[in-house]
Amino acid sequence: MNILKFLEPFTNENLMNGKGSRRDSFNLFGHLGKNAALAAVPFGLAGLTSSNAFAADISPTPATPIGALQLALTLEYLEKEFYIMGLASGVIPTGGREEKVFMQISAHETDHVTFLIAGLGGSGSANFVAKPTFDFTVGGAFDPFNATGIGKTAAYAQFLALAQAFEDTGVRAYKGQAANLISTPDLLTAALQIHSVEARHASEVRRLRGLKGWITGNERGAGMPAATQAVYDGEQVTTQVGYNTATLFGAAAGSEAYDEPLTTAETVTIANLFIV
Amino acid sequence: MKNEVKINEVSSATLKGRREFLKISGLVVASTGLIMMGCNDDDNPAADDKFPGVRNGKFDLGGNDLGVLSYAYALEQLEADFYTKVVNASNFTTTFNASERQVLTDLYYHEVIHREFFKTALTGALPNPSVQLLPNLAFSYGSLNFNSRNEVLATAKALEDTGVAAYNGAGKLLTNPDYLLLAGKIVSVEARHASAIRSLINPNSADFAGDDVINTTSGLDVVKNPSEVLPIAGGFITTSFTAQFLP
Repeated sequence: MNILKFLEPFTNENLMNGKGSRRDSFNLFGHLGKNAALAAVPFGLAGLTSSNAFAADISPTPATPIGALQLALTLEYLEKEFYIMGLASGVIPTGGREEKVFMQISAHETDHVTFLIAGLGGSGSANFVAKPTFDFTVGGAFDPFNATGIGKTAAYAQFLALAQAFEDTGVRAYKGQAANLISTPDLLTAALQIHSVEARHASEVRRLRGLKGWITGNERGAGMPAATQAVYDGEQVTTQVGYNTATLFGAAAGSEAYDEPLTTAETVTIANLFIV
Repeated sequence: MKNEVKINEVSSATLKGRREFLKISGLVVASTGLIMMGCNDDDNPAADDKFPGVRNGKFDLGGNDLGVLSYAYALEQLEADFYTKVVNASNFTTTFNASERQVLTDLYYHEVIHREFFKTALTGALPNPSVQLLPNLAFSYGSLNFNSRNEVLATAKALEDTGVAAYNGAGKLLTNPDYLLLAGKIVSVEARHASAIRSLINPNSADFAGDDVINTTSGLDVVKNPSEVLPIAGGFITTSFTAQFLP
């Protein structure tokens, strides 16, 4: 758990302008409360907590094939809505690479939502989970769609940063669910087929931000808000089944060569930042 | 010069001796019953246990989890060999610009690391590695011109896309969740590579996750069985081996 990371101000290095206010501070405390509450209660009681003060938070999904698909669907809901809103906002530069990239990514995330709902037995199934309500401003800390008029350039920079965080989270989250799908080979294969699409997306979004397509150490990369560090914590691993991957070309290359998983709890904590 | 690291300068003997062997072996054995079952069968590694080993005079990848990992090892040997030749080509610094060289050098690092990782992990996990470890394969690229940007990138694209499809297909063949996670850790990096190479070929496009590989209805990437992948990889691999227990 990286709760301390969420205590850091949502200052955004060179992206945010001076919107910091009592409202932001209040929201930060709000999120601290949510995360602390989630971490403090035993796993099985998380639902109770979320039923009173923080009703909208999602709870950790069970370590089952259904649970894996439910968590995946929630992440895909998030990505689908984010890109649809981004494309509608006018923030993404039109007529060039950026628009082509995000139209393609948006189409894939929409397909993934449809595919996963079908995989759970349809929207009438007892296993179906409904789309949460998302707040991509995280209580006003971000303005990725230029809703409050920070300007298209600043908004697009925030949109890109969030897109990178969502795609890199998706890659790690699907990886973390693989073991929960090992008893259902067809679902496992489908999840792997989505997982590699998220990785293709992540690689491209990172390039649009001027970064390498792969994650070096636990670096979130230049211009990424400190609040996104939880997406990258734990990526710096250089030991794989006893083999030191840093031996040949150093720790940077060794860590880049392997993506690390996020646990269900870690994934839920990140997703809940954007769920209201 | 980083780019002068030759394939045979990368030591395969990364194990620090018998103690390290045992440590790695212990890690893996502790998490699977399959290997323990095979341990009393050292003298006959290619029997019904489906471990990798020589069958009918040829190396066969086998069909248990370590057979699937040997299949991955074969593909990583190919990728590592290919990028080693790419970064050591006589005109590498003029064929590719600086950012392209950065990408190709990173891919060279990553794939060599994957290859050496599999060699070490398999050596530790196989009950009788001296006869069960897939040998170092030999490769031939025919008329491929390693000083041609277009030819190198087109081949890299094929290798990376094939690697993604192969790992996506190998997942369900694995019974040990630790090995499944390991395959997952590698496949997403292969997908990041595929995306990068595709962007180098056609930057102002959706090709990084193009409609030729991502299903336009389901949004799913390609998946291939070993029997579909090995004929593709076999176009470059000159060492003969079989995969009679893999689908």
